[in-house]
Amino acid sequence: MTSMTMIEAIRDAHMVAMERDDTVVVFGEDVGYFGGVFRCTQGLQERFGDHRCFDTPISEAGIVGAAVGMAAYGLRPCVEIQFADYMYPAYDQIVSEAARLRHRSAGDFTAPLVIRMPTGGGIFGGQTHSQSPEALFTHVAGLKTVVVSNPYDAKGLLIAAIEDDDPVIFLEPKRVYNGPFDGHPDRPIVPWSKHPLGEVPEGHYRIEVGTARLHREGSDLTVLTYGTMVHVAEAAAEEHGLDAEIIDLRTLVPLDVDTIVASVTKTGRCLVMHEATLTSGFGAELAATVQERCMFHLEAPIIRVCGWDTPYPHAHEWSYFPGPARVGYAMRELMDA
Amino acid sequence: MSDREPTPTPLRLRIPQPARGKHPPDRVRYISAAGEMAKPALDEKVERIALMRKQLVRVLDEDGSAVGDWVPEMSVDEKKQGLRTMLLVRSYDARMLQAHRQGKISFYMRSLGEEAIACAQQAALRPGDMHFPTYRQPGLLISSEYPLVTMMNQVLSNAEDPLHGRQLPVMYSSKAHGFFSISGNLATQYIQAVGWAMASALRGGTEIASAWIGEGATAESDFHAALVFASTYQAPVILNIVNNHWAISTPEDFARGASATFADRGYGFSIPALRVDGNDYLAVYAASQWAAERARTNLGPTLIEWITLRVGAHSTSDDPSVYRPPEEAAQFPLGDPVDRLRQHLVHLGEWDDAQHEALQEEVDAQVDEAFAEASSHGSVKSGDVGSAKTMFDDVYAELPRHLREQRDRLEELP
Repeated sequence: MTSMTMIEAIRDAHMVAMERDDTVVVFGEDVGYFGGVFRCTQGLQERFGDHRCFDTPISEAGIVGAAVGMAAYGLRPCVEIQFADYMYPAYDQIVSEAARLRHRSAGDFTAPLVIRMPTGGGIFGGQTHSQSPEALFTHVAGLKTVVVSNPYDAKGLLIAAIEDDDPVIFLEPKRVYNGPFDGHPDRPIVPWSKHPLGEVPEGHYRIEVGTARLHREGSDLTVLTYGTMVHVAEAAAEEHGLDAEIIDLRTLVPLDVDTIVASVTKTGRCLVMHEATLTSGFGAELAATVQERCMFHLEAPIIRVCGWDTPYPHAHEWSYFPGPARVGYAMRELMDA
Repeated sequence: MSDREPTPTPLRLRIPQPARGKHPPDRVRYISAAGEMAKPALDEKVERIALMRKQLVRVLDEDGSAVGDWVPEMSVDEKKQGLRTMLLVRSYDARMLQAHRQGKISFYMRSLGEEAIACAQQAALRPGDMHFPTYRQPGLLISSEYPLVTMMNQVLSNAEDPLHGRQLPVMYSSKAHGFFSISGNLATQYIQAVGWAMASALRGGTEIASAWIGEGATAESDFHAALVFASTYQAPVILNIVNNHWAISTPEDFARGASATFADRGYGFSIPALRVDGNDYLAVYAASQWAAERARTNLGPTLIEWITLRVGAHSTSDDPSVYRPPEEAAQFPLGDPVDRLRQHLVHLGEWDDAQHEALQEEVDAQVDEAFAEASSHGSVKSGDVGSAKTMFDDVYAELPRHLREQRDRLEELP
């Protein structure tokens, strides 16, 4: 085991996957020579050569479109979109092409590719460097959508995603690249080296796509969340003296329904949380799933704590971000219901 | 505003209009004489090749003689095979259109008038190369001897459809025949073809890709992404633009803008671009071979604007009489690709009317026989489709829980 940041863990996952399978190629804006604006691909070009890891023009449609063609050839492209906010020019290639190729060709052509993107806020990125567009992917048949919250999961899930035969959207909340952000921007940053999930095994291991992780066992209420909000939930529960059971979903599609049902059945109370905007967010899917499967175990209505339905603000970032105060308030509301 | 300032000019736009009843005299610009164009060396400077973008590579002259630098090395048998394939495509198209009129299929798109481009290019490429076609290149499949019955099963969306009724008619797919799955979203395949070609080069392969797009869809941003990537990485790809002059109801002006030609598009990306008579089977073969040879020798991409005419409607869902001149096909200055290759073979003393009629009967019989077999499997119209359960297959490599539950629910329904 080695202590790693999430950036180092993602870099290591690339190294392991590229070492094991020479059809894995990595490309995107600034990912080659420079190693990525967040340094997630640093050293790959040097180690594997410029035919395995290379820079591209600033064209997200070009990056994903070329990746679909390469995957159809037989490669396993793992591409980076510099910020999830820049994904939209590639959306047609993701939705109409990568996601549907296997189905529309009846398995004749497939698109085993990974599209990585830094997501989420908390870095004063304004509306073009802070978005969490996961629901735009979970709504699309044929995609798998992963959101990671820590170095250990990030490495195992990225390896599994690269080895997956379906297109995987791999979302990396940038606020937790360097430490488990608890939602208090005024406190000193806690590094991953002081967190057990910063301990990352060497070499190859997989965390299967489609499996949730019980982040914290508890009996008062269940929190269903993912990404940065896993750590915010943990802080909020502690601050409010609640014994919360926190489930880090890790994969949104396909969803680990059994883990969700087991927890909500046990606690009878369910809080759903994400940074993304509330309306038609993935939280709505979670709330519906819990209602369908755990209705008679619920002791209170399901509550959602999400980003407001506004564009992500710059100056008012901490009023927008669903931090511990807002989460704690909702937890109390849920317990008092 | 002071007295000295001139009255401001109201700003206006140019809105191009369809030709409607009349045929504009400059409908096809820059028509060179057959044989007029020199054939550049494969590694000719792009600046010199750029001079060709306002000219037209042609081989067959008005008498059916093959003239000039671009005359390809082709045996008489290969030419006869080309004629046969084009006739087969045309007969297939006619039969499918008839099937639509008879209410046997839901939709169809013909390639009438454009047969030479797909058929001759396929003849110039090799097995293992990959086409990323639009919906108007059935000639690629038919030239590579993909079974007509299988194509028809797809069009009929019947239980034998290899795509299980998932795609609209004519959206074929066959990896084994070098034919990438067709998307109804225009232009997406163009950058994918470049990606496929890049993959071949990244792996040190020998296969090249061929990208296809209509002139109208070049307005999509994926087209520009494809040209940037092709130029930057010097990918081994042929970038075909089939200029059939019509994007449903809008003439080529909309996508071309104020440029002179679509071949102009290559120059800004430093991609050698040819403008070729797409109704001249020999010119198509020669230009395709030239572009393929460039790709195979690491000289990078080649863009080719093929000049042709969409003789029929866009699809069975539109009525072109509303927006195009009735005599357009008859007046089209590049004629008909079948007639022109036939004339060439006659000119060579290798073909006559009796042979042609016999060949026509032969291909018609082949199409009829195939249609009889395909029809025996029924169609989407007769309800002879595969199990609805199959719609849940191939969404993912393995059926995930939520789809299994939804499939079970479908089966439970009374």
